[in-house]
Amino acid sequence: MAVVARISGPVVVATGLEGAQMYDVVRLGEMGLVGEIIRLEGDKGTIQVYEDTTGVRPGEKIVNTKRPLSIQLGPGLLTSIYDGIQRPLNILREESGDFIGRGKIIPALDQNKKWDFIPTSKKGDEVQQGQFIGEVQETPLIKHKIMVPHSVKGQLESITEGKFNINEIVATVTTQSSKVEIGLSSWWTVRTPRPVLRKLPPESPLLTGQRVLDTFFPVAKGGTAAIPGPFGSGKTVTQQQLAKWADSEVIVYVGCGERGNEMTEVLTTFPELEDPKSKRPLMERTMLVANTSNMPVAAREASIYTGITMGEYYRDMGYGVALMADSTSRWAEALREISGRLEEMPGEEGYPAYLGRRLAEFYERGGKAIVISPEERVGSLTLVGAVSPPGGDFSEPVSQNTLRVTRVFWALDASLASRRHFPSINWLTSYSLYADDMGEWYSKEVSPDWISLRKEALEILQRESELEEIVQLVGYARSLREDYLQQSAYDDVDTYTSIKKQFNMLSVILEFGKLEADAIKKGIRSSQIGGLESRKLISKMKWTPENQIDKLLHEIRTSMRQEFEGLLIKVSQ
Amino acid sequence: MSTISFKTLSKIAGPLIFVEGVDNAAYGEMVEIKLEDGQRREGQVLDTRKGLAVVQVFGPTLGLGTTGTSTRFLGHTATLAVSDEMLGRVFDGLGNPRDNGPKIVSKQKFDLVGSGINPYSREQPSEFIQTGMSNIDGMNTLVRGQKLPIFSGAGLPHNMLASQIARQAKVRGTSESFSVVFAAIGITSEEANFFVKQFEESGALGRTVLFLNLSSDPSMERILTPRLALTTAEFLAYERDMHVLVILTDMTNYCEALREIAAAREEVPGRRGYPGYMYTDLASIYERAGRIKGRKGSVTQIPILTMPADDITHPIPDLTGYITEGQIVLSRDLQRADIHPPADVLTSLSRLMNQGIGKGRTREDHRSLADQLYSTYAQGKDARALAAIVGEEALSELDRKFLRIANNFERKFVNQGFDEDRSIEETLNIGWELLAELSDADMKRIKPELIEKYGRKKISPKEVE
Ligand SMILES: Nc1ncnc2c1ncn2[C@@H]1O[C@H](COP(=O)(O)OP(=O)(O)O)[C@@H](O)[C@H]1O
Ligand SMILES: [Mg+2]
Repeated sequence: MAVVARISGPVVVATGLEGAQMYDVVRLGEMGLVGEIIRLEGDKGTIQVYEDTTGVRPGEKIVNTKRPLSIQLGPGLLTSIYDGIQRPLNILREESGDFIGRGKIIPALDQNKKWDFIPTSKKGDEVQQGQFIGEVQETPLIKHKIMVPHSVKGQLESITEGKFNINEIVATVTTQSSKVEIGLSSWWTVRTPRPVLRKLPPESPLLTGQRVLDTFFPVAKGGTAAIPGPFGSGKTVTQQQLAKWADSEVIVYVGCGERGNEMTEVLTTFPELEDPKSKRPLMERTMLVANTSNMPVAAREASIYTGITMGEYYRDMGYGVALMADSTSRWAEALREISGRLEEMPGEEGYPAYLGRRLAEFYERGGKAIVISPEERVGSLTLVGAVSPPGGDFSEPVSQNTLRVTRVFWALDASLASRRHFPSINWLTSYSLYADDMGEWYSKEVSPDWISLRKEALEILQRESELEEIVQLVGYARSLREDYLQQSAYDDVDTYTSIKKQFNMLSVILEFGKLEADAIKKGIRSSQIGGLESRKLISKMKWTPENQIDKLLHEIRTSMRQEFEGLLIKVSQ
Repeated sequence: MSTISFKTLSKIAGPLIFVEGVDNAAYGEMVEIKLEDGQRREGQVLDTRKGLAVVQVFGPTLGLGTTGTSTRFLGHTATLAVSDEMLGRVFDGLGNPRDNGPKIVSKQKFDLVGSGINPYSREQPSEFIQTGMSNIDGMNTLVRGQKLPIFSGAGLPHNMLASQIARQAKVRGTSESFSVVFAAIGITSEEANFFVKQFEESGALGRTVLFLNLSSDPSMERILTPRLALTTAEFLAYERDMHVLVILTDMTNYCEALREIAAAREEVPGRRGYPGYMYTDLASIYERAGRIKGRKGSVTQIPILTMPADDITHPIPDLTGYITEGQIVLSRDLQRADIHPPADVLTSLSRLMNQGIGKGRTREDHRSLADQLYSTYAQGKDARALAAIVGEEALSELDRKFLRIANNFERKFVNQGFDEDRSIEETLNIGWELLAELSDADMKRIKPELIEKYGRKKISPKEVE
């Protein structure tokens, strides 16, 4: 019989584990705490426990479920909030009150709710893995596709339209060797990536409505981005802005080892905010995984895998999915803590030697891909990970290993944050390796002038930084920083800017800048320019709603041309 | 539950004792330790296996010997008996009476550690607390249920700031006052007396619970002291519907105690010798602030910590800042410039500010006025640095304006008397007054309508001193 031999925090040593396999999930002790076997030597093993082990005694029994950590995938995932091992936190509250209860096994999906299943295949059809056989309207925004399970190929023997709960059978497939029943839900082990047929190069940007990101450092749909920064520099707000405004069909938001109130904020604001395109509540496309800093450490490590598996599942349906993980550093620290208790040989700063590999494996699960299905279906999974470097020093192992495998770097800057320049993304050190590849998309979809405008703006900012110590450059660069780069997440209008408005704002600012530079060359003082009406109007652009912006732009363009002409005439007189 | 005592201490290492022959001590079980001379200590199981329990002793290990000491495993984890009688009382760092009052007897026992609040149960904190201090109310607003630490340095007046907050804090439009739970963690008796005297003078002592572990008290008690305070606070908030302000000072001493245990356990040290799990450990304290759906009371936390060598990147302030909802940072430069409180509003932050301010809470211009003040003050400080090199005369006209505003911001806005309790309107009006000399185009953070409405109006001299 398997029993507890030793308890030290989240790590338990067990004996009598005959027949156990690595990563088997076990139930531990009288409370039935959930744990996972992470080391095996003979019949002795080490278990990381996903719940607080206080009160557990040596000698308590252990039950092996003989199954690796798996989650249930099916309709009902959207709008849910889970802990790191996919327990719905709302139901957990009903069962154990306001404080997290222990040893509770709660199904991730509502077991009784009936969904309207509409078949898209019919009896007798030849079907194979990944193929859609029907769908369920999961939320008004998302049709949940029911797919033939992996490695199943055969003939549809039956398929039934009607109302079903997630455990009922809606179809059966006769394969060469057996009969396979298909329900509305399926299971997947979180540590195994869901396979795809082939990865594709990303070609379009994930539009976020955040000017500094979309214009200067875009992440591609299916791309990877890292957002490191010290505390208070804007990691969480930026991630939440992405979760709100990114033009992704499905969002997975993983709060990993961070604040409880930040999850509450998402839970209270998302149902009230509407998606700019569909006008539906944002929550209808969102899944939340919350393993906050006061929840057990080992589950923090699992939360990232739970989140990404749910993301992959919707990608497999052909959706564009974006996952935000805040913060991957807490995940890495959980690895370190467990590794330390296992007395593994520590690598850099106490992190296990496999930290880099684990991070790479995680980001490798992102991408744009042809998913497994007979019909060349394309889905994408964009990954954005926040990193919390100790002391804000990016040279530490988690930042460095992350930057090696991600292609966009949004460098948060404490000095910008302290002067309340938000988003405090440093425009000189950040980069996007997708920017060049996306050029074609922007030229086609936004304007043929896009590439040159962007380049010009970046050059001005660069030049400003070189001169910064000596004089503040004329209005040009300052206007770019204040009227364009600064964007408040808390202003109803400024919080989101469409790509078209971004282009127009940028082109107006640059035109003004050129007129200004020219005027100064001809002897006009900058104080004269500061007072121009068009100057004032430019700072109103960010606060002007999308449906009124054209009028304002026209007004600015006309008045700035007239005003500069007026100034020049005065000088020449 | 094993009630037999064990006299089988095999080893004592720092604050840890190794008890042999114990087969099934529970992880986290409380232990009573009896010394040869009859003295008692409390302890808690940190690591347990068949035949051995490692126990952390809350108290000095002086006088403990491998022979003659007996240990009794109590069969329960750490709890605190809680009752209304605790208000107005003074306890030591382990929760025993430190005044001459009786021990608290109560059927209600709360777990000292307990599980975390389910994020789904939380209610978003959003009620503005007026502290009467402009640097906080105006620039880094505190709300009910927030955890907002003070990052200080040795010798800076964090105690004055914290006690002024405790004295003046109110939610306007309500008559409820805060009860205060105060935990002294390794501070001097002089500092502790300062607080006691403050509470006494403001008449708050009757609704205050004090836990005092002073610098001369055993350092290991410090592991429990903040948890006793928070358990008490949760009782008052969630069982008695009170709004509780918890002051924990000094968290740096708490972290030192944590490091001491880690060293005794020969753990692989993390940054600067602090254990790798310090983030998680601190979170188990700070995350106990908040509001819970459907419950009337709240727990607001003001932890105080002194940054070793004034270094904000030191693991203690660093990990704290990663967990708390902002920080109020005290600056030695401002202290030298005789600004009181010497709060640096630029490195300070309140992450919950937005939820607590604006129309219907403070005033509609609050957000943008604060943004403008940050940015103008930052520019003024840049100008000050530049002036130090090139001289003030060489500054541009605009930079000189910024510099003037920055100076006045420190002297008139941040600086205020220890007894000066400003209303939020007074605070905001001082802010507008400072910006008066800027043109509209230099106030990019503020919408023109708001400048029109609040900025250009004549402010009566009475409102600004
Ligand atoms: N885009 C933004 N607009 C306005 N304020 C912001 C923005 N980004 C960050 N902030 C401010 O900075 C604070 C800290 O941001 P946050 O994202 O919580 O930092 P981090 O996660 O890096 O610690 C927020 O509470 C908010 O006041
Ligand atoms: Mg954050």
